[in-house]
Amino acid sequence: MAAIRRRLPFLLEIGAEEIPAWMISPALEQLRALFEELLGANRLGGEVTSVEATPRRLVLMAKGIAARQADTEDLVMGPPAAAGENAAAGFARKMGVEPGQLERIPTPKGEYLGARKKIPGRLASEILAAELPGLVLKLNWPKTMYWTGKSGPRFIRPIRWIVALLGKDVVPFEIAGVASGNVTRGHRQLGKPRIRVTTGNYVEKLRAHGVIVSAAERRRKIESEIHVRLRPDAELLETLVNLTEYPTPIVGSFDEQYLSLPPEVLVTVMRHHQKYFSVEREDGSLAPQFVAVMNTSADPEGLVRQGNERVLRARFNDARFFWDFDQQVKLADRVELLAHVTFQAQLGSYKDKTERVAALVREWGGSEHAIRAASLAKCDLTCEMVKEFTELQGVVGGLYARAQGEPEEVAAAIYDHYKPESMEDGIPRTREGQLVSLADKVDTLRGCFRLGLIPSGSRDPFALRRAAQGVVKILVEGGHSIPVSQLAGGDPALKDFLLDRVAYYFREIRGFRYDEVNAVMAAGCEDLVDVERRLAAIHDIRPTGDFEPLAASFKRIANILKQAGFSGGGRVDEALLEAGPEATLYRHFQEVRAAVSSSPDCRSALAAIASLRPSVDLFFDKVLVNAPDEALRRNRLAMLSSLLTEFSAIADFSEIVTG
Amino acid sequence: MDSYQETIFKLKRYWSERGCIIQEPYDMEVGAGTMCPETFLRVLGPKPYRVAYIQPSRRPADGRYGENPNRLYKHQQLQVILKPSPDDVMDQYLGSLEAMGIDLSKHDIKFEEDNWESPTLGAWGIGWQVMLDGLEITQFTYFQQCGGVDLDLVPAELTYGMERLVAFLQNRESVYDIEWAPGFTYRDVRYADELENSVYNFELADVPTLWQLLDLHEKEAQRLLDLFAGAENKQRFPLLSAYDHVLKCSNLFNLLDARGAISVTERVGVIARVRKLAVGVAQNWISREAA
Repeated sequence: MAAIRRRLPFLLEIGAEEIPAWMISPALEQLRALFEELLGANRLGGEVTSVEATPRRLVLMAKGIAARQADTEDLVMGPPAAAGENAAAGFARKMGVEPGQLERIPTPKGEYLGARKKIPGRLASEILAAELPGLVLKLNWPKTMYWTGKSGPRFIRPIRWIVALLGKDVVPFEIAGVASGNVTRGHRQLGKPRIRVTTGNYVEKLRAHGVIVSAAERRRKIESEIHVRLRPDAELLETLVNLTEYPTPIVGSFDEQYLSLPPEVLVTVMRHHQKYFSVEREDGSLAPQFVAVMNTSADPEGLVRQGNERVLRARFNDARFFWDFDQQVKLADRVELLAHVTFQAQLGSYKDKTERVAALVREWGGSEHAIRAASLAKCDLTCEMVKEFTELQGVVGGLYARAQGEPEEVAAAIYDHYKPESMEDGIPRTREGQLVSLADKVDTLRGCFRLGLIPSGSRDPFALRRAAQGVVKILVEGGHSIPVSQLAGGDPALKDFLLDRVAYYFREIRGFRYDEVNAVMAAGCEDLVDVERRLAAIHDIRPTGDFEPLAASFKRIANILKQAGFSGGGRVDEALLEAGPEATLYRHFQEVRAAVSSSPDCRSALAAIASLRPSVDLFFDKVLVNAPDEALRRNRLAMLSSLLTEFSAIADFSEIVTG
Repeated sequence: MDSYQETIFKLKRYWSERGCIIQEPYDMEVGAGTMCPETFLRVLGPKPYRVAYIQPSRRPADGRYGENPNRLYKHQQLQVILKPSPDDVMDQYLGSLEAMGIDLSKHDIKFEEDNWESPTLGAWGIGWQVMLDGLEITQFTYFQQCGGVDLDLVPAELTYGMERLVAFLQNRESVYDIEWAPGFTYRDVRYADELENSVYNFELADVPTLWQLLDLHEKEAQRLLDLFAGAENKQRFPLLSAYDHVLKCSNLFNLLDARGAISVTERVGVIARVRKLAVGVAQNWISREAA
């Protein structure tokens, strides 16, 4: 038994030049996973206690790592036992053991000699030193660089220092010419450039040098030091947490006169261009203030606040300049300018696209307002405001349309026509907006599919999945019954792509069960409004007692018909029906058929169908479908077939997975 | 408070003390300091180089008749190339801010991801925009590729936007109010340049003439590139002159663009034409450096 199994704490810090904020969290997840894999594969035990990062460091801390792997034994097979003493002696010599220590090992081919060889466990520090460089460079980043030469290592930014400690000792290795050690660096302004650390005092030492290692703590610091009413923005907060080593929020203000600019513009300038939080008044309107988060501890002279206020003022002035300048040429007079804006090299300009989109809106019966909106929707791409604040495309067009006296329906449709930009985003508010958005997306999808620019795996440069998802969401939530085939413009690949998104939408976004979605889509999926109606009905009726057994019976019917090779209905000859369960089922079937056709909605139709269950059960219980008499058999199959066809318009019940 | 020119002196002095050659601006129209041969060609090949220079950079489409307080047809960049980039390049950069009189302990500095790419130069790099109290003051780039060629001696490029930096230091709302030298504002020195070139670029530039000039410079650059292959003495071959014609093409393209004279199909095509020439010069340059 090993005398002492020493268990050691471990610290790894990769010091780099500023890592992009948005890449930090995924990198930490990988770092954790890779390190756990390393521990497991090398039988070192231990556990990762935390992974943390600031812009300048990726940190992993672990505890309970075995100082040395447990020893293992290897059994080496030698000559057959019957090979004689000389062979045995030779083998023993080769293995460095006495002949008496050899063992006899029974095998299917007879007894063999074997020698046990002890393999001493390797030191954890050796293993880590050998494995860590590869592990660090294996981290997968969206875009990497080299800095020591084109054959040098690639990382997200240059690595400048490394701390690697196992217990008290440095784990010695090198990456890109940087040797590991026990010296870290503090905050660029608040700390010292060389700080000796241990696994135990790392976090506290860095805190003393202006670095808060924990992202959660940085987030709390920001939140607890803001005392004005913010427009909540979790994403911006996350960015700022990962953009700072020692965050401190400050409140700045701007002149009230800028509030005459649209709030959309003000918020975009503050958020996207300056990474400021917007501040709200009690009534939810914008206050002439902002919150910036510094990467330092204080602003005693107010210089940072003044600097930020000055920058914001210049930005707002720009925005106002753009607004006034853009008004000199109305949207309606910009259509020709779109000829100079490329949509896609082979798909022509935005002017070409505009014409196609307007034609689609017309084809789908859009109002004059919708057609007008379609023909103006892309004009804001030629405006200074959008060139500067690209994320405001559409919104700016809508605001300008309103300012230039276009009808409100037109302005709102332009404003909304990029929506929904994500699955959480709402669809355009008006029917006009929905049609323009649909047409815009469908045009992009058709064009890209025609050119073979079809998304594969994670590659989707034209964001076609999002476009298709938007199409589905608008059709369903806006109640548009445009057939999917028509949207696909006769392209089977595009139709499949859209249907894939339909299934995804109903499953993942709306929470329907996959078998319900399959069953309903199998019964027809051209009109998504109808698909939704049928799905909702199935979903409602499913918990009732008769539904699943009936679904099971439908499946049974489908199987029977399939086994019998029965295709095509043929009329049911009532004279051939046997009194009892068969006649009962037939009569019940006729009643239900009448009930279904007079049902006001899918739900009551389904309820009627479900009421068939006792008759169906009784029929299968008492009646032999495969009657010896051919005429009887055919008649029964005809009845089942017609029943199945009749009631499969809402859903293909055989797709329902029954318990 | 330092004047505009005093701040430039200080920056040049600082980089001079760190081993940089202090060059003068390139004497041709360029869109950015990166396009000067001192950057575009010097970053290629295996020879270390360090240089700093002010480069007036022309962006015809950004002209605003001298009316916009922050936007200029021609702004000045202070361009620094450190090839290869030293390990403490960030500290050296921060030192340059201190040298200009910025007390970093009283300000907020952030390095925010911003990668750089120039399709016409076949060049790209990885880096940041440096934010000082919310103001972008420098573009910091590790070049990875130039003229379509992977760079082995990775240079750091620092590009300071001088007008906005000095407007910040002098606390001016408009770049035109910057004190250039005692008794002279930026407006005194540059307003006419902004106004007249805006009028020319947006109103008077003759589009057919610009197209002709573009064709002529392209032809001349291409003719030289074609000759290079067969040239016996490559060391004296005028690749630099060929490159000057490429720069002319690039500026003419920008002018035509500002004039709204380039259609969809043409745009992609013209960028490809200029790129082809730039890449051609770069590759010949490398082959000669390696020889």
